[in-house]
Amino acid sequence: MFRRILAGALALAVPFAAANVQAQEKVLKAVMHADVRVIDPVWTTQTIANIHGALVYDTLFGNDGNQKPQPQMVGKYEISPDRLTYTFTLRDGLKFHDGSPVTTKDVIASLKRWGAKDGVGQRLMGFVTKMEPVDDKTFTMVLREPYGMVLESLGKSQSSIAAIMREKDALTDPQQQVKEAVGSGPYMFAKDQWVPGSKAVYLKNKDYVPRTEAPSSFAGAKIPGVDRIELVWISDPQTTMSALINGEIDFYEQPTNDFLPLLEKARGVKLMKTGKIDSTQGMIRLNHLHPPFDNVKARQAMYYLINQEDFLRTIVGDPKFYRVCKGLLTCGGPYENNGGSELMKEYNPKKALQLLKEAGYKGEPITVLAATDHATITPATQVLIQAMREAGINVDAQSMDWGSVVTRRAKKEPPSQGGWNIFVTTSGGVGSSNPVLHTWIGAACEKGLFGWPCDPEVEKLRNAFGMAATEEERQKIAKDLQTRAMEQVVFLPFGQWDTPIAFRGDKIDNVVPNTGLAVLWGITKK
Amino acid sequence: MTSYIVRRLFATLPVMAVVALFVFFLLRFAPGDPAAIIAGDDATAESIAAVRAKLGLDRPMVEQFVVWVGQLLQGDMGVSIFSNLAVTRLIAQRLEPTVALTLSTLFVAVALAIPIGVVAAWKARKLVDRLAMAFAVLGFAMPTFVLAYILIYFFAVQWQLLPVQGYSPIREGFWPFVESLILPSVALGITYMALIARITRASMLEVLAQDYIRTANSKGLATDRVLLLHALKNAAVPIVTVIGIGIALLISGVVITETVFNIPGLGRLTVDAVLKRDYPVVQGLILVFAGAKVLVNLIIDISYAFLDPRIRY
Repeated sequence: MFRRILAGALALAVPFAAANVQAQEKVLKAVMHADVRVIDPVWTTQTIANIHGALVYDTLFGNDGNQKPQPQMVGKYEISPDRLTYTFTLRDGLKFHDGSPVTTKDVIASLKRWGAKDGVGQRLMGFVTKMEPVDDKTFTMVLREPYGMVLESLGKSQSSIAAIMREKDALTDPQQQVKEAVGSGPYMFAKDQWVPGSKAVYLKNKDYVPRTEAPSSFAGAKIPGVDRIELVWISDPQTTMSALINGEIDFYEQPTNDFLPLLEKARGVKLMKTGKIDSTQGMIRLNHLHPPFDNVKARQAMYYLINQEDFLRTIVGDPKFYRVCKGLLTCGGPYENNGGSELMKEYNPKKALQLLKEAGYKGEPITVLAATDHATITPATQVLIQAMREAGINVDAQSMDWGSVVTRRAKKEPPSQGGWNIFVTTSGGVGSSNPVLHTWIGAACEKGLFGWPCDPEVEKLRNAFGMAATEEERQKIAKDLQTRAMEQVVFLPFGQWDTPIAFRGDKIDNVVPNTGLAVLWGITKK
Repeated sequence: MTSYIVRRLFATLPVMAVVALFVFFLLRFAPGDPAAIIAGDDATAESIAAVRAKLGLDRPMVEQFVVWVGQLLQGDMGVSIFSNLAVTRLIAQRLEPTVALTLSTLFVAVALAIPIGVVAAWKARKLVDRLAMAFAVLGFAMPTFVLAYILIYFFAVQWQLLPVQGYSPIREGFWPFVESLILPSVALGITYMALIARITRASMLEVLAQDYIRTANSKGLATDRVLLLHALKNAAVPIVTVIGIGIALLISGVVITETVFNIPGLGRLTVDAVLKRDYPVVQGLILVFAGAKVLVNLIIDISYAFLDPRIRY
């Protein structure tokens, strides 16, 4: 009765409703893991900026579902017999959203900017001696020595993608954000409708000429499936779940693990496991600059505090969404191996303390940067702190929001002067599956990532991987690299987990698993 | 009266200056660095430093302050570090949802609270009074987010009568606009209703004990006339004050309600900006909030003169 009365009351109000001009459009409403605040995928490595980038910009190559690079903007390409000269020819019909044609000038300027900013790009550009246009559609890239990761780097689909921009945008200082997001991708960014912190809108690029091959992740035909994509930002996971169940949104990129049982039962909602290797890898980073972890023995002692099941049960809960992985390269990925895994044999807090003492630890406080507002890092840090306390380590847990952790971890000072000893973070499985793309496995000393592991052998092996000519060679180097990196403890892995995509199976089709970044352009409405 | 208003408006200038000073330096002293957030997870310390330099955050703090104040004096609140959009645009985008939510919440709160408070005072210490006050206490004690989730569960998920979340601007249709505000207004309005009802009751009780009310009753005036015309008007000053405080609080953001119902208002903009250390946005917002509070207080003070002829400025 109540429902009828209320429905009647609502019906009375209907005549006041104005016509909704968007009703006729096919609109995909997607809630991603974060909201679009930055529109330059090169300026930041934020994943959400790159999801935006992958809609708006195109790339020369795109990785397919098996993570193999396939031509995307490139029509044909040649590699010289000495593997030093790459000649790329752009395919026909490439146009920016402002109508101007994509030329090699745009491409070269874009690659230079990306190569100055992105870690993988910097590595590639370290091998490049020159890039020159032959004409408007063809250009050459000349290397000083053979590098086996050229195409993989140009097609990478995590952190900063090698987005091709207009030359005038690409000439922007890499340390500054471009002002306009004008690409040549399948969707156009509607800047006038952008409400940072709420909604980013993308309109179908009607002039986009897709490739003829079947779509496969970032490769093949990119056929815009709807007229309009709205990346709606809902910060509350419970509200997002309710909105999906109620049919107000179509796609929920990363539902909270706690809600998965409810979503599995909800009518019309489907869950899709993310791509084969697009899991998340948990990492504990030690600071190699200061005692006790400037001593390799102290670092190795920490392996005895890692029971991956403890971490994974706390973060994820349901075993079908996690896996124990005692390696540094993504388990399930092409370079998964067991090199160095024997170091993570057992959980033994007493042994950990004993080894720490042998390494010179005398009970000084160990500063742990404890994020308080992160869905996975916060509980993982608490598990680590508990294990350390169980071992009798003097833990100085400094609680702060994630924004403060990312600031503090950049400090190289000793912990007593505002520095740190340990922080916990995560890495995407696609990037972590490849020794060159996996920047956290590096040990480039002070030029490396926070924690600053320093080992020339690790760096030598990473370079060797990049220059390897055959797959067999790569497999062998990957194992040697992981063995060495685990001995040096570049980081402590605490397992891998999946976050399935949740979507309205009764409303949308052609949802594909993530491969580093969400692939949204091919989704269609029923 | 005019000279009073002018004096009060001029008095806001030093208030705003102090707010500007405090907010600027407090933000800079707080931990966190927008450059580190922008640079992302895979950034090196060097690339963070480069971003910081480009944003001008490596300059001396006083120099940054002078630049910001200089911009402010020209009406420029700066540009968001992240989105590169003008702070004024970001605030303007969020103003409509916040104002709409504020007004609809007050409508719900006042429409319920005044009758409840008046009836409770009229039937003081009787069952109706106790029930009304129990309802008010419950409304005040229940956390907004709990009520919000309950409302969402029944009205949106189970009965599918109203949307779970979102805000629909009035230009996109009147009904979608109203629809998007019903649940958040009720969830938030119940708390304010409880507060206003209790103040109304207390104030009415005081007035109802006055001699002139006894006179009005004894000369045979109808109860509703005594309550609404004679008593309520004279009990209005504290009620208006508490409503005014409510307006000021609502304008400066009701983060929980905005978050649960996904309303893109000023409250969420503030929290997001603080978490991202988007200094120009936080600075601009705090100034707007301070200005709004000063203005609301001024309006309340002026309204006293109309409600109580004894008050003159």
